[in-house]
Amino acid sequence: MQDTPFDLQLLNACAAILLLLSFAMLAQRRIVALVNLLALQGFMLFLATMLLAWRTGQNHLYVSAALTLVLKVIALPWLLHVLIRRLKVQWDTEPLLNVPGTMLIGLVTVVFAFGLAQPIAELASTATRNSIGIAVAVILLAFITMITRRKAMSQVVGFLSMENGLFFGAMSATYGMPMIVEFGVALDVLVAMLVLGVFFFQIREQFDSLDLHHLESLKEDQ
Amino acid sequence: MSTIAWLTQFLEVLAALALAPLFLGWVNACRAWLQNRRAPSLLLPYHGIRKLFHKDAVIAADASPLFRMAPYVVFGAMVAAAAVIPSMGTGLPFRSAADAIALVGLFAIARVFMSLAAMDIGTAFGTLGARREMMVGFLAEPALLMIIFVASLLSATTALPLISEHLAVQAPALYPSLAFTAVAFTMVLLAENARIPVDNPATHLELTMIHEAMLLEYSARHLALMEWAAALKLFNYACIGFALFIPWGASLGESGVLALAVSIPALAAKLAVAGVWLALLETVSAKLRVFRAPEFMATAFMFAVLGLLVHLLLGA
Repeated sequence: MQDTPFDLQLLNACAAILLLLSFAMLAQRRIVALVNLLALQGFMLFLATMLLAWRTGQNHLYVSAALTLVLKVIALPWLLHVLIRRLKVQWDTEPLLNVPGTMLIGLVTVVFAFGLAQPIAELASTATRNSIGIAVAVILLAFITMITRRKAMSQVVGFLSMENGLFFGAMSATYGMPMIVEFGVALDVLVAMLVLGVFFFQIREQFDSLDLHHLESLKEDQ
Repeated sequence: MSTIAWLTQFLEVLAALALAPLFLGWVNACRAWLQNRRAPSLLLPYHGIRKLFHKDAVIAADASPLFRMAPYVVFGAMVAAAAVIPSMGTGLPFRSAADAIALVGLFAIARVFMSLAAMDIGTAFGTLGARREMMVGFLAEPALLMIIFVASLLSATTALPLISEHLAVQAPALYPSLAFTAVAFTMVLLAENARIPVDNPATHLELTMIHEAMLLEYSARHLALMEWAAALKLFNYACIGFALFIPWGASLGESGVLALAVSIPALAAKLAVAGVWLALLETVSAKLRVFRAPEFMATAFMFAVLGLLVHLLLGA
């Protein structure tokens, strides 16, 4: 550790905080706090990208950092907050099943992710290859967040958190994707968010709630 | 072992015995100030203990010898723990007697005896307190062990003085793993010492108390020893925290009288800051319902394991 340069230490700290925020999202009951955590995760991603850009001198990373800042720290959380206010679900909490149990499953998942990323990390030649494991863990934890939630809103937050993990993975494995792909993904996420926003209103109009388990039963059963 | 090592050892145990009630008084005073109350005297815990030693003990008719023995065992375990924690210097002659894992065991002995004594009388409150204490204990202990494992991995030893020495001399660097374990340790400290998010040290409201419920049947010298032991436990935990996370200032190895003289004000300063920090944490957090306590402890465990995993992956 002593021989790693300070900017790499900072990057590692960013990666660790990203992982921590994923766990915080797993345990968070309140939807507003969940969106704030997502924004914070986006901000850590922005910091990590900036640090990496500065370290490697790759200018296209500055662009993707700016994209992260605009999209994931400002636009999407703002959009989600507006949706929450319009749908009047500010005080919505989710009855989580057994937080300690979920945490333990999350920890096992992290171990699994680290094992999974080991061979990839050995192939990669970037300075940040150790963080690949963290990126995979963030993706899998976002999966668990989506699986354990029933409300449409928190599932969308889980989905966006997964996108954060993918972005971080690409960044630490190959110093980011080609610019065109990154723009494409950013646009996709933005459009998906808008479409899902419309969906929320439709779902609520149909079922008087955003609880997705209503969607699981067939019409004849009701 | 040189004279200086023995002097350090002697001073450390003496300081733990003498300063533990003062530290408790300091935390209580800070808490009172933060809550806009007039603070009780810093020396109040000493007065309490002295008063209790002068009283005649009353013991329940159906108490077994275990009930009389428990205060001495608990107190003894805490003093023994104070002897192996490097609060002033790391060159302790006793350091080979117990490593950090045995230290956790010492705390466990104290907890088991305290719970058994509380159940011994057969009152409902004693049993309730004992059960809750065991619940908190069995969740907090793995977290504490994980915290120690992270520090052990960093320094390749399980002896607390050597860990502290290693952490003090290495070049400063960002350690996300240590930061995570520091958070976990703070949570474990609050839970294990019956502080606010888990238990309220000032409450005598039967339904919420944990630690107090176990001591209800004790009086006079037994109660005095139990309260002194509780103060010692808080002091010991604070010193473990210093050894792991702010090891600077303690005299390293066999480094002479001057380093030892420097380490005494260093310890006092650390204790003063830790007291303010603890009081602040207790003031800003609300007491959790008893059935939320496992979530609190699971979070502490999660922080500790994350620290371990991050250390293994990033080597930091």
